[in-house]
Amino acid sequence: MHAPAQTKRAAIALLILLAVLVVLPAVANAYLLSAMVLILYFAYVGQAWNLMMGFTGQLSLGHSLYVGLGAYAAAALFVHFGVSPWIGLWAALAVSLAAGAVIGFLAFRFGIGGVYFALLTIAFAEFTRIGFDHFDWVGGSGGFFLPVKEHGVLDLASLRGPPVMFYYIALVMAVAAFVLAWRLRTSRIGYYWLAIRENEDAAQALGINTFRYKMFAILISSAMTSLAGVFFAFYYNNLFPEQIFSMGRSIEIILGPIIGGLGTLFGPVLGAFVLTLLGDGLTELTSALGIEIPGLKQVFYGIALLVVILFVPNGIWPAVARRLGFGPAKSGR
Amino acid sequence: MALLEVRNLTKFFRGLRAVHAVSFDVEQGAIVAMIGPNGAGKTTCFNLIAGVFPADSGEISLGGERIGGLRPDQVCRAGVARTFQVVKPFPQLTVEENVIVGALNATSGVAEARREAARVLELLHLDGKSAEPASSLTLPERKRLEVARAMATRPRVLLLDEVMAGLRPTEVDEMVGVFRRINAETGLTILLIEHVMRAVMALAAQIVVLHHGEKICEGTPEQVVNDPQVLECYLGAEADL
Repeated sequence: MHAPAQTKRAAIALLILLAVLVVLPAVANAYLLSAMVLILYFAYVGQAWNLMMGFTGQLSLGHSLYVGLGAYAAAALFVHFGVSPWIGLWAALAVSLAAGAVIGFLAFRFGIGGVYFALLTIAFAEFTRIGFDHFDWVGGSGGFFLPVKEHGVLDLASLRGPPVMFYYIALVMAVAAFVLAWRLRTSRIGYYWLAIRENEDAAQALGINTFRYKMFAILISSAMTSLAGVFFAFYYNNLFPEQIFSMGRSIEIILGPIIGGLGTLFGPVLGAFVLTLLGDGLTELTSALGIEIPGLKQVFYGIALLVVILFVPNGIWPAVARRLGFGPAKSGR
Repeated sequence: MALLEVRNLTKFFRGLRAVHAVSFDVEQGAIVAMIGPNGAGKTTCFNLIAGVFPADSGEISLGGERIGGLRPDQVCRAGVARTFQVVKPFPQLTVEENVIVGALNATSGVAEARREAARVLELLHLDGKSAEPASSLTLPERKRLEVARAMATRPRVLLLDEVMAGLRPTEVDEMVGVFRRINAETGLTILLIEHVMRAVMALAAQIVVLHHGEKICEGTPEQVVNDPQVLECYLGAEADL
């Protein structure tokens, strides 16, 4: 339990951060804004993934599946039928929920956990990628493109507009995900998830229907992640199965929460900031120096992960929180 | 009708007959001990009652309702809570959070569960440790946490699997005191597996003795300790003079 003073301090810090993020576009240049969109995007999907791994202890290495399904569902409806993404996102949710339900049912009904669960999630992402490579209705391996209209025009209904529109959408999503994760964490479902993560046999002996609560975790997580896919599709306007369903994308999603602090609320946010800023900063720096090293960012991610695992295995946030006087992160991680 | 009725319970692990045709009753408000040498089938019996695996045959009923074949969470919701012989705390959660998880079984929300947890923690003298992570507890404290978590589910029957093992005699006496008080104050029915005879004799009004998966004796502590079969299985057969 936080002492009230710690909670108050954390809340004030959070409000200041939020205020900074709200006014940021007024002073940020195009580059910083695009980096911020990326940070908020990763803070959002990191939060979604953290519900499964950080809270419930189920390691998904195939979250790119839900991003891809969400992206393709909303984009296809928009391109082929002119359906607004605000309606398309419901289709994205439905498709991802169905995928999450199938994976969750197979895994949790038949007691597949740990590494085997991770392999199952990779397998689903991989064969979906191969399937989309041959799915000509959405461009197959050649890619699927959304019509790009003139930037300056704001058309919120079809998510066409300037980068600042995407910035605010990403901000709302990241904040909503944070609030949702916090509400879940402090309610019955959050306690049950942590209990399952910590010891599933003991959790079940205490009256928790572990199958049901693991299903809730994968369904909520996959639904949240699919909305990130919708955002992705309308922000980047191009989708390639090779990229969007790739394992590399899944790894990118999970690095933030791991580096920031698994099972904490701030971990995914902090991890997204650290990784994106340092990773992008590094590539900018080297290109400014005239050095082009392909894959440098991936190498940096690898090193960052190593350093964190070696020196702060619980992630950066719990250590930072102690220093800042916010007390240990709630989950004790 | 007894609160917990076990009838002809049988369980095989491949060729091994772990529990064979075991029957006994636990009356409402009673404290019953199950004893027997290592490998006698005591924990298997508990696991069958708690729903860890189904029995090959036999019936288990709680208050007249069959609970045999239910999953562990369903058995718990029906009113049978258990502790584990090898303690299974939620190590990274605080002591309070550990017990809140249990308390949520019988409460409508987290706030109420937190109050219930505080009450149970006090009962088991763990209230000073509420904010500590469970991983920092000593073994005797972990055993008490195990009991606190199970009790917080507000069971009708509490199954205690060797919660005294590894405790010092003074700690055993303290635990005995706790269970006596809880039993007297709340009328909680307790079925315990125990090797520590000091605790068994102090707590149980009725003892069930298992040996090689079969019930060889049942009765009051006096009857049991004077039973020739019990003496034989514990001390070996007396030389014929």
